[in-house]
Amino acid sequence: MSTLTTVGLVVIAAMFAAAPWVINAAPYESTMGLVYKIFFFHMPSAWIFLIAAIVSGVYSGMFLFGRKPSSDWKALAAAELTFVFGALTLLTGPLWARKAWGVWWVWDARLTSSLLVWMIFGAYLLLRRYGGPGSDKLSAAMALFGMATVPFIFVSVNYWRTLHPQTSVVPSLPVSMGGPLWFCFIAFLLFFLLLMQMRVRLERQRALVEAHFLSEDES
Amino acid sequence: MGVIRSLICVAALSLLWLPGVVDAQSPQPPAQEEFVPLSDIPPEEQIPAFTLLASAYALVWLVLIGYVWSVSRRLHAVESELMALARKPPVPR
Repeated sequence: MSTLTTVGLVVIAAMFAAAPWVINAAPYESTMGLVYKIFFFHMPSAWIFLIAAIVSGVYSGMFLFGRKPSSDWKALAAAELTFVFGALTLLTGPLWARKAWGVWWVWDARLTSSLLVWMIFGAYLLLRRYGGPGSDKLSAAMALFGMATVPFIFVSVNYWRTLHPQTSVVPSLPVSMGGPLWFCFIAFLLFFLLLMQMRVRLERQRALVEAHFLSEDES
Repeated sequence: MGVIRSLICVAALSLLWLPGVVDAQSPQPPAQEEFVPLSDIPPEEQIPAFTLLASAYALVWLVLIGYVWSVSRRLHAVESELMALARKPPVPR
């Protein structure tokens, strides 16, 4: 593990350890009370979910047009992280909704499109695992479709009737609520970058092993 | 004959409206006119917020720690394989 990775890991661990105190210091929301504090982990998870989907889509496009293996490693790493952070978003959301809305799930545009993108990246990973030769290009095309759905997820709450809060909520938050939210977002973002770095390194090492075996076969 | 058939059709169609009419005439609970604060709701009707909040945070921690462990394990396995390959003597041509 490099020095930068170790320092990053320590900073992230410290931020996640401090997060409960930072979140606890935020005032209660008047209508939802305590349960709204799920927001401080739900929202950063959702943002990272969308960012990771865009990163995967961009690197997939670069791989399709440039054919550089490193672009494919990055696309795969981001796709796996899209799946992980998407799962967190889709699991923490219903826990909040159960109390705030009285139901675990509603089939509105935001929730349905988020589930759809999460399933697209789930399919991407299955294709990479079981698709055989050529699955890298097919999955890259899937990631592009996944990325194309991201703007729709973002604006869906402003165009369709939904119980989900609109995009105008975060910019209008008071500092006492916005501060802890941005603290958690930075912690999640740093964690995402660290995981990306670890995951890309894994793919690079796998490629080295494969290259070694291929050279042995040829000789 | 045609008139009787038409009357039967009208009567049958009017039966379709009946449940709605009965439902509309049955006594309805008084409509809620204002926001009810959370503290005014009886305890048996409240959903425990702390359980949901703790579950959400525990879930996030567990998933992220599990994922880091999974990537570290895979990375360790591949790096061990690479080291073993590097130690192996080259295949004679």
